[in-house]
Amino acid sequence: MLLSIENLAVDFRLHGNPVPAVRDVSFSVCPGETVALVGESGSGKSVTAQAVMGILPRAAEITAGQILYTDPSEHGKTVDIAALEPESESMRQIRGSSISIIFQEPMTSLSPVHTIGDQISEALFLHRDASFKEGIKLTEEMLRHVGFPDPVRALRMYPFELSGGLRQRAMIAMAMICHPTLLIADEPTTALDVTIQARILKLIRELQNELGMALLLITHDLGVVANMADEVVVMYHGKIVESGPLKTLFNQPEHPYLKALMNAVPRFDMAEGERLVPVREIELVTGTIGLDKKPWSKESRQLPHLRVEDLSKSYSLRSGNWLSAKSSQMLAVDNVSFEVQQGECFGLVGESGCGKTTLSKIIMRAVKPDTGKIEYNNRGQLIDVRALNGEELMAFRQKMQFIFQDPFSALSPRMTIFDILREPLIVHKTGDQQVQRETTTELMRMVGLDPRFLNRYPHSFSGGQRQRIGIARALALRPDLLICDEPVSALDVSIQAQVLNLLKDLQQELGLTYIFISHNLAVINYIADRIAVMCCGRIVEMAPREILFANPIHPYTRALLSAVPHPELNQPLDFDAITDGAASEPSLWSAPFTIDGNTPMAFLSLGDGHFVRAAANCNASDLAA
Amino acid sequence: MLAYILRRLLGMIPTLLVISMLVFVIIQLPPGDYLESYIAELESQGESVDEQKIAFLREEYGLDRPLYEQYLAWLGGMLQGDFGYSFEYSLPVTEVVGDRLFLTVLISVVTILFTWVIAFPIGIYSATHQYSWGDYGLSFLGFIGLATPNFLLALVMLYFANVYFGTSIGGLMAAEYIDAPWSMDKMISVLEHLWIPVVVIGTSGTAGMIRRLRANLLDELQKQYVVTGRAKGLPPGKLLIKYPLRVSLNFFIADIGNLLPTVISGAEIVAVVMSLPTTGPILLAALQSQDMYLAGSFLMFLAVLTVFGVLVSDIALAILDPRIRLQGDMDK
Repeated sequence: MLLSIENLAVDFRLHGNPVPAVRDVSFSVCPGETVALVGESGSGKSVTAQAVMGILPRAAEITAGQILYTDPSEHGKTVDIAALEPESESMRQIRGSSISIIFQEPMTSLSPVHTIGDQISEALFLHRDASFKEGIKLTEEMLRHVGFPDPVRALRMYPFELSGGLRQRAMIAMAMICHPTLLIADEPTTALDVTIQARILKLIRELQNELGMALLLITHDLGVVANMADEVVVMYHGKIVESGPLKTLFNQPEHPYLKALMNAVPRFDMAEGERLVPVREIELVTGTIGLDKKPWSKESRQLPHLRVEDLSKSYSLRSGNWLSAKSSQMLAVDNVSFEVQQGECFGLVGESGCGKTTLSKIIMRAVKPDTGKIEYNNRGQLIDVRALNGEELMAFRQKMQFIFQDPFSALSPRMTIFDILREPLIVHKTGDQQVQRETTTELMRMVGLDPRFLNRYPHSFSGGQRQRIGIARALALRPDLLICDEPVSALDVSIQAQVLNLLKDLQQELGLTYIFISHNLAVINYIADRIAVMCCGRIVEMAPREILFANPIHPYTRALLSAVPHPELNQPLDFDAITDGAASEPSLWSAPFTIDGNTPMAFLSLGDGHFVRAAANCNASDLAA
Repeated sequence: MLAYILRRLLGMIPTLLVISMLVFVIIQLPPGDYLESYIAELESQGESVDEQKIAFLREEYGLDRPLYEQYLAWLGGMLQGDFGYSFEYSLPVTEVVGDRLFLTVLISVVTILFTWVIAFPIGIYSATHQYSWGDYGLSFLGFIGLATPNFLLALVMLYFANVYFGTSIGGLMAAEYIDAPWSMDKMISVLEHLWIPVVVIGTSGTAGMIRRLRANLLDELQKQYVVTGRAKGLPPGKLLIKYPLRVSLNFFIADIGNLLPTVISGAEIVAVVMSLPTTGPILLAALQSQDMYLAGSFLMFLAVLTVFGVLVSDIALAILDPRIRLQGDMDK
């Protein structure tokens, strides 16, 4: 046994009162084994990891239990970490040397003002007898090992010069430099795109096999667990509710919480019309909002609800100053066209930086495109969105509303929920005070919140509740089209299902049209009717949901789909197929998809509403094969 | 880097030109000029005014010419090292200022050093021992320091020094050295007197610096990269110095540009109260009597100091923080 935690209890002191964070937690990790610690935020999984590392926050304290660590290199000498003073010499010798940790957010976890080389070699110089030259040599080797293309150069680079994936690789190199016997990975891939996540998971597995180190993987993503873990420990409210080998737990979950969690995760093999079962369901109560609207006539539904044609937007990157101005162009959105039908949910998938948010802002008239056309169908009356100005634009704003990704920064902390929900009504001079008050009450009911909470401030709500308030605010003006920009990616899995179901129900009930932006393919699969895949500002493939998932044509779509970790034991990630780079680099896509700037590209139809971006001169029927 | 400094130096030229214009206009804003105040003063004392002399002076110094010509003449003179002529003292400005400028710079530099030496350890202690009795006590003292106006502190110290020690602590050197040429003894005498104005001028700055250092360091101590450092097994002291303290230095460097003019202008009033032979009292008198070339030169001196201070702090920031140094070139 490498690590054995027995009856661990950790308290936080808040205003002098102890608040239990972890209670009676016991599990163990064998050498070379992977144990996954699963739970939603606030379940105590990170606190447990911090206790093992001896890096608990100042307000936290271990009140009971033992953390026994047996160092194989020290002839099996066993230390109780819980009994050690966190800043003592003996604890510091374990930390970073025998046990090390990687964190979720690689940008903030690295110091912005020190080079990668400096930060990685630091642990080595602290714990191992290495001369400066040897140390740099070892660091360079480690950087090469974790997949840095040019390790010599990387030594002198700063974290902000690296992409998110490379930063996390640097973080891994830092944790591995002393060849620890136990690596704790605290949500190591949550902040990363799906293709990069797959590569990082592969890297961790390879390193683990090579060095025979044990892994304590903390995550809320059951897909990652299914692909990485040997043993699973499920935590809920600071306690372990279930634990055991991966197979047993996934095939026969016993505890109601684990069962509920499994049902709350969107899967690819869900039956048509199957609903997710959230851990805590909300009842949908629709009042009069939206139902009093004039229904769409048959003729007006003939035309698409929104039509976007040849939208392009480039940003010029300025460098130098007024004495030596140099500028280069970056295409954020490149020649994008699509149609959204009334009442459908149009999904937009892509990795960070692919231009999907810029696109949504252009449609909202928050960013001005360089070229292109946006046509909105207002129940039969066509509106040229880009030509709107003044009064007309103001009136149009009521038709289209936005739901933001981060429920924390989307709500002003200085306004009560009542003020937040009422603001759009005041801006658009809708109804008198009495009507506005009634509307806010109804909006609260609609998203399953008690109207008595109206006079509270956002800070007294959880992330999921805040997102529901954001949805209520978007609905206040009774729009016809909602743009949801990653509405669930900041939420826990258990809350995700709840919000997704709410959005689905609202769409049905109010006859809304959605443009749903997400990087999570399983979520898109659950909610969208038609899906467009974006990469580097371009739509590379567009198809109805079933067709896209059954028969992806474009290499990028394929790479994206093959990188998704499924929460199923019978669909493991094919780690051998995961290669570095290539997937999101248009010039490396195989012919005829290669974008080299010389070949004219076209959006070819493969029938059944399936489109793919390829060389204009190739035959569409060849692609389908 | 060299190109950056060069560009910044070039950029200072238009800045200083605009400042010089503003300074000149502001000095000219009150009605009348020095000669008119001079005439009024003479008349109020019942003396006769020599019309011819006034007319001669007016022409000599171009006071009868339009404003922009006066300005250009003043600007042209400054570029050649001629800062004009002080009416009040009937001497060239450079001679009036002379030693006083040196003493002003001396006091300012020592004050800034004093501020840093005191503020640094206290700020670090307060941040690392947040909400302890030490932190509370030092914060309390800091607030008192912040809330006490410099000149009041100067008066209080003058009073107590007189009552308890029977000495006058005004001035910057013993009486026999005033107007004497510089010598070792004079220097020592200056240093003996220096600490009191330094404490007086530096108190509020020190207190402010402690508060800001504490706040910045507290912010940095919360950051994830500090936890990463701990997780590597770094000892606490080394960790503190290498990571959070290093990052929180940014504000401190950025402050240098601000510090110079604040210290100098704060010193003016104290200098009047404590009758220090620095530039303060002269500037005040020059502004009152509309001795325009003298006042203008002083204000330009302050402006040049500020602009240089900002330049120095920007260069230091670029050296210290790779994000500033490298990010500008990144998007090429």
